Amino acid sequence: MSNPLALIGRGATYVALSLAAFVSVFPFFWMVIGSTNTNADLIRGKATPGDALWRNIEVFFTSADLPRVVFNSFFIAGVGTVLTLLVSSLAGYGFEVFRSRTRERVFAVMLLMLSVPFAALMIPLFILMANLKLMNSYQAIILPSVASIFIIFYFRQATKAFPHELRDAARIDGLKEWQIFLFVYMPVMRSTYAAATIIVFMTHWNNYLWPLIVLQTNDMKTLPLVVATLSQGYTPDFAVVMVGSIFATLPTLIIFFLLQRRFVEGMLGAVK
Amino acid sequence: MAQSHLARNERINGWAFVMPALILIGIFMIYPIIWSLWMSFQVGRGMQFSFGGLTNIIRLTQDPIFMRALTNTLIFLAIQVPIMLVLALLFANALNNPNIWGRGFFRTAIFLPCVTSLVAYSVTFKAMFAADGIINQMLMGLHIIGSPIPWLADPFWAKVVVIAAITWRWTGYNMIFYLAAMQNIDRSIYEAARIDGVPAWARFWYLTVPMLKPVILFTAVISTIGTLQLFDEPNLLTQGGPSDSTLTLSMYIYNLSFKFMPSFGYAATVSYVIVILVAILSFLQFLAVRDRRA
Repeated sequence: MSNPLALIGRGATYVALSLAAFVSVFPFFWMVIGSTNTNADLIRGKATPGDALWRNIEVFFTSADLPRVVFNSFFIAGVGTVLTLLVSSLAGYGFEVFRSRTRERVFAVMLLMLSVPFAALMIPLFILMANLKLMNSYQAIILPSVASIFIIFYFRQATKAFPHELRDAARIDGLKEWQIFLFVYMPVMRSTYAAATIIVFMTHWNNYLWPLIVLQTNDMKTLPLVVATLSQGYTPDFAVVMVGSIFATLPTLIIFFLLQRRFVEGMLGAVK
Repeated sequence: MAQSHLARNERINGWAFVMPALILIGIFMIYPIIWSLWMSFQVGRGMQFSFGGLTNIIRLTQDPIFMRALTNTLIFLAIQVPIMLVLALLFANALNNPNIWGRGFFRTAIFLPCVTSLVAYSVTFKAMFAADGIINQMLMGLHIIGSPIPWLADPFWAKVVVIAAITWRWTGYNMIFYLAAMQNIDRSIYEAARIDGVPAWARFWYLTVPMLKPVILFTAVISTIGTLQLFDEPNLLTQGGPSDSTLTLSMYIYNLSFKFMPSFGYAATVSYVIVILVAILSFLQFLAVRDRRA
């Protein structure tokens, strides 16, 4: 450490990290400051808190049927997350525990499909939903993302760490396979589920393009759609948009801070 | 007898566990992707289709807006992905050093952007990069620029804002993958190298980077796929403008299908351009990593 070069290196590291941390956090700070100012002050770059917060919240609440919009968002993200975790963890477990050559081939094809971009699916999906008379419905939003190849892969990787002995012991005790999954596997793997919950909930909650295509009436809109609509047009009121952004960010932010340790743990499991 | 019963049981359960997922993937991925391929050879407006052979592919080569969307998407890819991955790797390396004070704080701070919704951060960036907005105020305050930059009104700067926004959102995400992989590397290798007098940059370049190759490949492929289907950020920040300078392929597909008189067949052809690009680039990245290992 007495080496002056190493000392400079350490100093530069701290400067770079501090700068990165500042840049990362600044937009959050700006969101909060912006929500307290008038639109005119916000656009002028006023960096101190103002006193327009209540007015902005009021305008935001009158711009849409907010309780309904928040309900839509939570309903879609909640039901979507539960179904995705259930279907995808079942498959991930199944692929890892019951091996057969056919299923390995199916799995390989599935992994290849991980790289199919959504853009290539959205038009046929749109026509499919129209034919099924599911346009503008919760099902149309939730169903296409329930079988997530990424989450299936994630659970298959995590299942490699699930002890064989537990499964063998449960079989000797006479448990059926679905009971083993439900009463042994799920409780043992709860930190994997916690990490997957964060990822899946965020994906559903933040989804923008597909709901934009499918949800057509105001009573079905989700928070991202409402915030996006407010920000477009010729003279958007950015102070009100900032209030909306805070609303849209808060749930995922809270979940992240509650489950932060689990999150990193789960990611570690996925990469190994 | 007991053996065959067990094998049968295994077979039934094996399919039962994966079947719900496979059925859903069949309906919502395989069926659409095949349909999309069929549709890319159809011409016509709205739901009226007729077989057009190579008409759509010929139209692609003569379509200046498609060419612009393709160029923009490739520019975003070629500039944004390397910048982001290098930054993520450097931050991860710095935070993997146990002698750095406040590692937990820095890690959380740099990861925090990943928690925001794409819509929320895009509109926040739009407000920050307004003509008289905070970014211009700060840059002018620091005397980096003399007069405000027309961020979202200038074709060049609009691209810069989109790149800055995506980099802000995803660097921490990739960093977490690198950090996780670095924590699996045996620290004694670094100790041995340090005792042998290998400087820090060489330890990073000759020890850390080669050992992270699989993870770097993974993040490169994921980021490539993500950038090739970029939609949310440019749609919210610039709506493709000014004069189509930030229009991406996904936005063009959206515009072709849902904004103008729907031209589903041609839009499907454009979407297959993304499929082919993803396939080629993933394959090249795979080759690049394998070659350097040999």
